[in-house]
Amino acid sequence: MGTSSLMELTDIHKSFGNVNALKGVSISINKGECHCLLGDNGAGKSTLIKIMSGVHQPTTGQININGETTVMNGPREAIDSGIATVYQDLALIPLMSVSRNFWLGRELTKKIGPITVMDFEKCNSILMSEMEKIGIQLRDPSQSIGTLSGGERQTVAIARAVFFGAEILILDEPTSALGVYQTSNVLKTVEKVREKGVAVVFISHNVSHALAVGDKFTVLSRGETLGTALAGEINYEELQFMMSGNKELSELKNR
Amino acid sequence: MSINIKNIPPIRSYFKNAMLRPDLGAIVGVILVFLFFFLVAHDTGMFSLEGSMNWGIVSSQFIIIAVGACLLMIAGEFDLSVGSMIGFAGIVIAVTSVVWGWPVWLSILTAFAVAMSIGALIGYITVKTNLPSFIVSLAFLYILRGLTIFIAIISTKKTIIGGVTEVAQNDWLAPIFGGEIFSGLFVWLAEQGLIQTFVAGTKAGQPVVSGIPALMVWALGLIIFGHFVLTKTRFGNWIYASGGDAQAARHIGVPVNKVKILMFVFTAFCATVFATTQVIEFGSASADRGILKEFEAIISVVIGGALLTGGYGSVIGAALGAIIFGVVQQGLFFIGVESSLFRVFLGVLLLLAVILNTHVRKLITGAK
Repeated sequence: MGTSSLMELTDIHKSFGNVNALKGVSISINKGECHCLLGDNGAGKSTLIKIMSGVHQPTTGQININGETTVMNGPREAIDSGIATVYQDLALIPLMSVSRNFWLGRELTKKIGPITVMDFEKCNSILMSEMEKIGIQLRDPSQSIGTLSGGERQTVAIARAVFFGAEILILDEPTSALGVYQTSNVLKTVEKVREKGVAVVFISHNVSHALAVGDKFTVLSRGETLGTALAGEINYEELQFMMSGNKELSELKNR
Repeated sequence: MSINIKNIPPIRSYFKNAMLRPDLGAIVGVILVFLFFFLVAHDTGMFSLEGSMNWGIVSSQFIIIAVGACLLMIAGEFDLSVGSMIGFAGIVIAVTSVVWGWPVWLSILTAFAVAMSIGALIGYITVKTNLPSFIVSLAFLYILRGLTIFIAIISTKKTIIGGVTEVAQNDWLAPIFGGEIFSGLFVWLAEQGLIQTFVAGTKAGQPVVSGIPALMVWALGLIIFGHFVLTKTRFGNWIYASGGDAQAARHIGVPVNKVKILMFVFTAFCATVFATTQVIEFGSASADRGILKEFEAIISVVIGGALLTGGYGSVIGAALGAIIFGVVQQGLFFIGVESSLFRVFLGVLLLLAVILNTHVRKLITGAK
């Protein structure tokens, strides 16, 4: 789909034993675009994002990243290819401080004699400026993540992914557990990130949240795509119908 | 476009900030315990040099195993095999050195290698089967105790193997576990009349406390090492993360399994340090040594403010917990209280600590 395609999945099949979770899904993710992936529970959304983030490998099908066919063995390889995933409830560790969370796995270190220690000073000062940029006022980098609200936590997780060079940011149901006010903050964060040129894959089953930020909408149902629409081409009712009405539609098709 | 998040949590007072220190409870506990015994036991000799050495050594014993248990608990796991590991490592040293005639340094190193390998095995089984480490290490509590008695019986027909002192006489490694430091200083202090000397018997003229036992040095060293690794290094960050939320840590690329297995190895290391100091000090190994030590370690850690669910705790706290343990146990002896009441006290203290910790956890995670 054009030259700006960062990631392209073609005819992805994935089966777990006898269960066919994905039956030929194709999707293209472009730079600076928010691509919403909609679907009811069990539609195959989470399998698809796990393939995109390297957790699962497709049974058949092809993944192109920046035009090159790629096989990702594990989340680490996906992260190295610039694909970051923010899972709904797996994003951060509530008992740990914001700073320790932000740098987890990529801690800045310095040497004191022969011993390597974490460089808390540098970690904290970078963290504070990144948080300010994204609009979170932290009192103290050592305050625990648990003291932040749900929306702030999502925002910290998104900021972290972008700071560490994510070109494709996969957000798994980022708003599903949030209230109205928190949701609008997270959606604003998504918009900020997209303006930076990051491609966002926004997974949701909430059509109005998707419509608020999405440039493209792909509806998944029973492991298949029901098509991709651009913003403005489709409205709330049509998306809602595709998501919820797919059962009757597929039954009709099978006759 | 700017986001102005208005619902920042209310600014906590200094008091509430202090409440979030994992070791606060233990700090208060230590102060209270010392205050109490100062008041009721100041004339019993408990706080004389000799008396202090008494509870200091007992506390150090608890500290050595508590440091290992603490890091392991923060990493989200338990090891109930610590006590059996102590018995096992001791018998390995005694059998190889006394019965098989190995040099003691080789016996000690062998005990460390074997114990740490078993620790790695416990960790490996735990992370691979995804079973609670409670169960896996409980299995090893029995396996190791059984093996310990079996090895002792088939090699000597006894469960206590003596004679280690004799074979360890000129060994270079044994003093690191059973020796004393600053002996010269204590002799000098005695000569100056600053500390008492024995007035009769074979030790007449020698100071009542002849030096700082290696055990105490090990305890202090392990506290510094554990605290440093946990709070200052990136590996420490991974320990917190592995216990805080293993799945989230894995997604971010933390080698959670490796961290957990290493913490089991470290716990086994601490158990072997304990075992070795005991064997060298007593000159014998007993197959029933270390019984209930795993619980004493866990209790010290919990009194020190660590959460049983992992992800949160403090090595300093665990050490203070161990000191409370040691001071109270010996202090009750000094004031002549029936020693069985110590267990009652311990049970009550454990319960209070867990309730306090659970409350602190709610404060941190914002859970209602």
